[in-house]
Amino acid sequence: MKSLVCLKQVPDTETQIKVNADGTGIVTDGIKYVINPYDEFSVEEALRLKEKFKEGEVVILTIGPDRATEAIRTALAMGADRGVHVSDEALNQADPLVSAQALAAAAAQLQYDIIFCGHRAIDDDFAATGAMLAELLKLPQVTLVTKVEVSDDKKSAVVERDVEGGKEIVEVSLPCVVTSQKGLNEPRYASLPGIMKAKKKPIDKKTAADLGVSADPKLQSKNYTMPPERQAGKKFEGLEPEEAAKVVVQALRNEAKII
Amino acid sequence: MSNVMIYGEIKAGKIKKSAFELASQGRKLADSMGGELAAVLMGPQGEQFAPDLARYGVDTVYVLEAPELETYNSEFYAQALAHMVGEKKPEILLISHSMQGKDLAPRTAAKLGVGHIADCIAFELDGTTLVGKRPMYAGKCYAQWSSTVSPQLASARPNVLETAENPKAGTVEKVAFSPDTSRPTYKTKELSLDTSGKVDLTEAEIIVSGGRGMGGTDYSLLEEMAGIFGPTATVGASRAAVDAGWRPHSDQVGQTGKTVTPNLYVACGISGSIQHLAGMGSSKVIVAVNKDPEAPIFTKADYGIVGDLFKVVPEFNKELKTLLAE
Repeated sequence: MKSLVCLKQVPDTETQIKVNADGTGIVTDGIKYVINPYDEFSVEEALRLKEKFKEGEVVILTIGPDRATEAIRTALAMGADRGVHVSDEALNQADPLVSAQALAAAAAQLQYDIIFCGHRAIDDDFAATGAMLAELLKLPQVTLVTKVEVSDDKKSAVVERDVEGGKEIVEVSLPCVVTSQKGLNEPRYASLPGIMKAKKKPIDKKTAADLGVSADPKLQSKNYTMPPERQAGKKFEGLEPEEAAKVVVQALRNEAKII
Repeated sequence: MSNVMIYGEIKAGKIKKSAFELASQGRKLADSMGGELAAVLMGPQGEQFAPDLARYGVDTVYVLEAPELETYNSEFYAQALAHMVGEKKPEILLISHSMQGKDLAPRTAAKLGVGHIADCIAFELDGTTLVGKRPMYAGKCYAQWSSTVSPQLASARPNVLETAENPKAGTVEKVAFSPDTSRPTYKTKELSLDTSGKVDLTEAEIIVSGGRGMGGTDYSLLEEMAGIFGPTATVGASRAAVDAGWRPHSDQVGQTGKTVTPNLYVACGISGSIQHLAGMGSSKVIVAVNKDPEAPIFTKADYGIVGDLFKVVPEFNKELKTLLAE
């Protein structure tokens, strides 16, 4: 079972984001980077498929600057076999369609039965690249998946996905693109032997030219701002529960006019 | 003429409120550009909603009918939507950033070879360029995004844009559509929707959320509060509660859960980690109940009650019931 896992390195969720002085982006100094949490579910699921079928490989595909190598190494330490690192100044800040084009071009040079993407990256929050990649590769997409069962012949899968207020179970032919959601699995930690082994696993570097893609942006951003600072409001301490409840419920009606 | 098109989402036989939000926003954009506003609805159920859409300013409702469009499918719906864009050549296409929209919009954008400004909370026009303001890093900052190519496709966060009635004569046009069925896609085997009418977190107007302080799976106090508020209210949870297995992952509010924007967010037994605060920080009014007076949630709450939630919430519910019964 060959899985391709698209993985992005993102600021740790604990990061305090600050907008830079001219509003063109965020301050990147001192940020600790991690694997996008949704991509960890993807890595784990791909490893489980390889274990289940007792053959195949898990390839990590990443776009990003040099530091993104650390995220690939972490996935290799979890057990993935090798990495492909698309590292090109022109693509590092690419919008979702350009990213999907680069991922599609890289995927075309690889073999896979299934492609995993996180359903969104927690930095840009577009939730778009997986579906765009599926369309560019002319593959079916199943987004927000919480369960993947691949048939013994590896030709199809039964997949559970979240839909608004419920669940959908679909049957999909492989290869396909699935986007991982919380609930899919519990990602494993990298073991110490895994970390040692990961150092020797290959990471193939690619540029935009290697992939034959142009980084012609379809979107542009400007004017980054911080959200309005929320002030602490009224805090009621030492009141009897009955009294506190009364005061706040009344305030919601008369002051906040929300109920 | 510069035209605007919206995609109206139908769920369980009903048109979603987000369609009226998009129509109201689309009307404003179309007026500024001196253009018309069209809506696309999928499936035979669509026609009945044309009068509702006309009330919010839609000039023409296109109803696409094909057996493949009877239930949602990313491939066929994206084909159908891309087809309408090809036929009617709108300058702007707006979709809801609902769970269906997150599946449909990017695939449609890729079919059209354009970008997708996802999850916008506000729009403006710079000439004929659509500028969408969107939260990033789960709301830790915002940025304005625009497209460099046409058509300009954007999705809007549900429950944020205001609805405004602006009645138009409104016409309906049925469009026969035959999707390319040679493209591989999935087959829906089972669709189990909660038919209780409970709203999704991202669309709820009121969210009653519980965290570590709930101490277990019994959320009946919070369910009761949501019940008193009515059908636009629902129950959420912090990551701690979800990771403990007390609540399903789909209930999680925060950076690795859902970013929510209700009118009222009631946080019970939630201390307020940076990830949680990012996810609910755009709520209009925040109420927090927590035993720990130092909990970070109190720095964001409009109304904070320091106390035991198991004593405060029952009183809160009693008070609320009395008030809302008046």
